[in-house]
Amino acid sequence: MTDVLADQAEGSYLTDGFTLRSWLLTTDHKRIAILYLGAITAFFFIGGIAAAVMRYNLISASGRLGSADLYNRLFSMHGVVMVWFFLVPAVPATLGNFLAPLMLGARDLAFPRLNLLSWYLFMAAGFTALYALIAGGVDTGWTFYTPFSSLYSNGYVIATVTAIFIAGFSSIATGLNFIVSIHKLRAPGMTWHKMPVFLWSLYATSVIMALATPVLAMTLLLLAFERLFHVGVFDPAVGGDPLLFQHLFWFYSHPAVYIMILPGFGVISEIVPCFSSKELFGYKFVVWASIAIAVISFLVWGHHMFVAGESLYSALLFSLLSYAVAVPSAIKVFNWVGTMHKGYIRFDAPMLYAIAFIGLFTMGGLTGLFVAALAADVHLTQTYFVVAHFHYVMVGGMVSAYFAGLHFWWPKITGRMYPEMWGRAAAIIIFAGFNLTFFPQFILGYLGMPRRYASYPAEFEPLNLLSSAGALVLAIGYLLPLLYLLWSLLYGDKAPANPWSATGLEWKTPSPPPTENFPETPLVTQPPYQYPLAEAVSHE
Amino acid sequence: MSPLLPQASNEAVEIDYLILALVLASAAILALVYGLILVYMFRYHAGSKAARGAPSRKSWRFEIAWTLATMAVFFGLFLWGADLYVRLFQAPADALQIYVVAKQWMWKAEHVGGQRELNALHIPIGRPVQLVMTSQDVIHDFSVPAFRIKRDVLPGRYQSLWFQADRPGAYKLFCTQLCGAGHATMTGEVFAMTAPAFEQWLGGARTTTVAGASMASEGEALFMRLGCSGCHGAHGEGASGAIRAPALIGLYGSRVRLTSGATAVADDRYIRDSILEPDKEIVAGFEPVMPSFAGQIDEEQLMRLDAFIKSLRNGATP
Repeated sequence: MTDVLADQAEGSYLTDGFTLRSWLLTTDHKRIAILYLGAITAFFFIGGIAAAVMRYNLISASGRLGSADLYNRLFSMHGVVMVWFFLVPAVPATLGNFLAPLMLGARDLAFPRLNLLSWYLFMAAGFTALYALIAGGVDTGWTFYTPFSSLYSNGYVIATVTAIFIAGFSSIATGLNFIVSIHKLRAPGMTWHKMPVFLWSLYATSVIMALATPVLAMTLLLLAFERLFHVGVFDPAVGGDPLLFQHLFWFYSHPAVYIMILPGFGVISEIVPCFSSKELFGYKFVVWASIAIAVISFLVWGHHMFVAGESLYSALLFSLLSYAVAVPSAIKVFNWVGTMHKGYIRFDAPMLYAIAFIGLFTMGGLTGLFVAALAADVHLTQTYFVVAHFHYVMVGGMVSAYFAGLHFWWPKITGRMYPEMWGRAAAIIIFAGFNLTFFPQFILGYLGMPRRYASYPAEFEPLNLLSSAGALVLAIGYLLPLLYLLWSLLYGDKAPANPWSATGLEWKTPSPPPTENFPETPLVTQPPYQYPLAEAVSHE
Repeated sequence: MSPLLPQASNEAVEIDYLILALVLASAAILALVYGLILVYMFRYHAGSKAARGAPSRKSWRFEIAWTLATMAVFFGLFLWGADLYVRLFQAPADALQIYVVAKQWMWKAEHVGGQRELNALHIPIGRPVQLVMTSQDVIHDFSVPAFRIKRDVLPGRYQSLWFQADRPGAYKLFCTQLCGAGHATMTGEVFAMTAPAFEQWLGGARTTTVAGASMASEGEALFMRLGCSGCHGAHGEGASGAIRAPALIGLYGSRVRLTSGATAVADDRYIRDSILEPDKEIVAGFEPVMPSFAGQIDEEQLMRLDAFIKSLRNGATP
């Protein structure tokens, strides 16, 4: 790979040292982003393979694997790997790391060594998780509900929660780094309201990461103590409370949903204006919607427990607040669609992924209203309806946004153009495969098929077969970018500094950028998204 | 609406209407979002000569308008879902009570008459049924899709779930909370029967149960065997002579004054806690002398004691 990168002639960050040491000890945010990109891609495919085997098992009602225990371990690892080693870090750690200083007009993040440390923490966590996987896995699901996880499970619970515990520190370090960088390192003239939405969304995400992750760490520590020493925090037999774990767990894990999706909102808010050649509609509303989501997301954890035994009044309050958090998300969708109005829309791959995102995320958000409506939730929760709902948000939404961003900034990151036709084809195949996989699961859920079943009543078989067929299409869709993006590293056209005629400081430096990002510190005089059809409004 | 799934309870119809409303509202919003995207994709693609006019200058009116509209729709849906949930949460006082104990990986049900069944539940139609449920190990979840009901079953506490079946038939029962390797096999059937058929089933099942005893009478035998009668009296009427323990007759459902000054409602939870953690809520005027029975009796025995104390509610012995 080194000689390929060597021909990025005029001294970019990629040509600044070719030894392994120059990569593993780098403090350059761009190189660290590449390190993350490699690790996260590997985890995405590990989690994806687990999903593929699960869909294979579910082709027949009696379960093709023949082992319920194996199936439980598969979906648990799928959940753990995908949530903590892909969805949570993907956009912040790869795109965020690469772009935040460039978009700010800065030389690097505020704490470059901390940034490298958080990659090492992430890798330590990743290897611990892989150890747990190889040693035998875990059978608790990614939610680790007690007392099953603390007293009854015979899986590698301690190793798995240790992995997540370590990953949490990586997450906190990254979050703090972004918060400080955004406060202190904005280029001269870049006031808060002249900051691109992607940075705003990273900021909101980082606040959640820094505030919610410690609660997760504490919860997992308690779980480990309970399992090792039986201290009785969660065990009712000695006065503990099995619901306490759920309260603590969801206090992190519901905001975590927004850790996963807010950066995606940021990516889409960059791409839609660029490919519509028009200013982002309602910039301030989009920005403050991110902040509102970050704040309200801390107040809705109880909606995971409407049938778990919480009191009537808390259920009513959590339902109301859950509707409240949906409002800012709806605002964003309307604003992206509004941005396309009267634009000059180009359909390059990033835009196709972004349009897919808007559609799938809207679907995921709307089905969220079903499970926020108390009585409807009683019927739908813990069924495939919920599985479909969160996959529409997380996979249809967040993964589409990640792919949109990866294609959009690929020329900037690598200095190479990806093959456009393949990019568009993959976007369309992924969209089709995704819907084929997950839409039938809404119906399965309504019909009452419980989630996490290794085998199921025969009447659910046709819809499961359809879903598994969709998973095959989706798998092909996900393999395509892996292949053509790698291909583009070798054979792709050289990328100009600004292939999409985009605004934003990151496009004002060569592709790939030099190590120091900008020859001299840029000065910001304009609000972001000053495209030809920009509204002539000041943000001040 | 012709449902894809049988609507076998009162709630099923109401919940289906709520879900239908959600489907329609979602479909309208989806059609709007997808529709506008498709129209814009077609009309405003880069090469199109469509007149675009001057860009619109102000956006805040739109923003306020669609934010308020969204909030109004959401609030309406919240109220609808909440109203139904509140009614589903509170069981009517005259509901037929059935006890359910969940364990890895089976459902054990016991009727007040002492009839026991495994992975099956027989219920009468046209009458509210209340399940008093607990788990012997991990969290399970009692779910009957045809009735649109579901509730987690937790160890260490009683969860209540009520419904009224209105159509005879056999309906699938699932455990929907991950409970270990046998999770997918923790299923069963709920048999909803007409009142006479149910009575007949109760009579038939009675002969197959141990000694044909009711839950309450088995609970009473246990009450004697565990030595409870020494303090509470042979029939729970309170001890003669030195008053060491409160009388249990008429206790269930009443308000109890505690030494702490608070009052507690003597429901299933109170009785359970008083047996397992007697020091927690001491009745005013009594010394905390009762030993804990935690670890000495299992969930099913606890439920029989509960049934016995409940049977004393009208002052009669069983």
